[in-house]
Amino acid sequence: MTRRDCEVLVLGAGPAGIAAACCAGESGRQVILTDENPACGGQIWRAQRGAMHTRADVQHAADLWLTRLGRCGASVLSGATAFDADAALHFVRFETDRGVEEIHYSALILATGARERLLPFPGWTRSGVYAAGGLQALVKGGFRIDGQRILVAGTGPLLLAAAGMLGAHGGEVLMILEQAGWRSLTRFGLHLAGFPDKLLQAATLMVQAGVVPYRPGWWVCEAGGNGPLEWVAITDGKRTVRVDCDMLALGYGLVPNSELARLMGCRTTGSSAAPGAHFVDVDARQKTSLDGVFACGEITGIGGAELSLAEGSVAGYAACGHWHEVDRVAPLRNCLARQVHAMDSAFALRDELRAAVTPDTLVCRCEDVPAAELAGFGSWREAKLGSRCGMGPCQGRTCGPAVEFVWGWSAESVRPPITPVRLGSMSDQP
Amino acid sequence: MNKTVRIVLNGQEREVAAGSMLASALLTLGVRGFRRSVKGELRGPLCGMGVCQECRVTVDGRPHSKCCMIVCRDHMKVETE
Repeated sequence: MTRRDCEVLVLGAGPAGIAAACCAGESGRQVILTDENPACGGQIWRAQRGAMHTRADVQHAADLWLTRLGRCGASVLSGATAFDADAALHFVRFETDRGVEEIHYSALILATGARERLLPFPGWTRSGVYAAGGLQALVKGGFRIDGQRILVAGTGPLLLAAAGMLGAHGGEVLMILEQAGWRSLTRFGLHLAGFPDKLLQAATLMVQAGVVPYRPGWWVCEAGGNGPLEWVAITDGKRTVRVDCDMLALGYGLVPNSELARLMGCRTTGSSAAPGAHFVDVDARQKTSLDGVFACGEITGIGGAELSLAEGSVAGYAACGHWHEVDRVAPLRNCLARQVHAMDSAFALRDELRAAVTPDTLVCRCEDVPAAELAGFGSWREAKLGSRCGMGPCQGRTCGPAVEFVWGWSAESVRPPITPVRLGSMSDQP
Repeated sequence: MNKTVRIVLNGQEREVAAGSMLASALLTLGVRGFRRSVKGELRGPLCGMGVCQECRVTVDGRPHSKCCMIVCRDHMKVETE
């Protein structure tokens, strides 16, 4: 194990972490920015690989910030997976290709982002069923989808973005199913009317998705095929229709990757409207309940890249104690946050989605635990011990939010290692 | 432009786009089964971002490698289940 020291350690090199590292680095601090991926950018600015092209506006924003990052003096550690941390001793442990690195910090900024919420239904484990953002990431990574028939389903504005992107890369997007009904969406539209920027964005996304049928009040209830995916059954609660397709891209909103924050003891808040989401509590300076630990971006509330950049800037300056700069960048963050949270209620998950879970439906994909085996348990802990649900390598990251939505059981405390690591990494002491 | 690298997939040499992610390259090659689940189902990439563990394959002898997080390298040996 190698040990390193820095003044400001930033975890997660998406927009929030990049902004935080830039602001702390430009303030003269010695900064280390880490990410599990091979390159900086996070999900939204993920590098396009294998001779793909990028949307010009997204690339422009990414280039500006990545250039700024390159000049701010921060050192970047890619391919580093955080698996343990100690808030009292001020260190985080990472597994890298070169072994374990233990990085000690004076201030820590958590910007670990979010993952997609997926909900189970018969056949959702079939090859060819993807998380919507996951399919986007795979396409950015060089997956050629020319001519593939894709059905996009789930909830929220990200479905439109996904459909637009997949179409632009040659996929044939058959339709977009939005589980929220027209009535909820109208409410969403009314909220947006007060916020011209957001309206513009939503409209842009709609135009991108323009030629594709958009069906509010519909959802997927089965994915079938002889092995890999061949067809999908969709329903509006009254009718059920079968649609032939090659790929299904699913997304039921985002869940924060707050496992490390919770392991360290940062206070978090859940919400019944966002099952499985433990958002990290922060004050006006992005400080968590722990001294010297800050959080920004999606782990504090789902808000998108612009809000993440604003929160990251506040966190970066706050971690250096530059209050004058904090006061300068905080108003933009406050304004963006108000706009974003106005749309939260429009995409609440409908109760009927629970009914799609049949007794045979696998809930835990790591341990292959069907819904029937969860009957009779009273808590997540009981269910884990009794059925092994959530005990596999993903450690409940996929099934946890689904279990909370369907059975109402909230996840329990987080223990190290927070992600599977090689046995040697656990015993590698300084 | 359009440079390629050669990987060895289950003993067979295959050409993939240079710089592409391994999960993406395997999908482009038509691979749909990456691993077998504990009850024997064939599984493939789901989250695309290192969370779900469904895309695990053996890379250069190291089992359980999440191939959505790995960039293709020349002569990389890859085994699916």
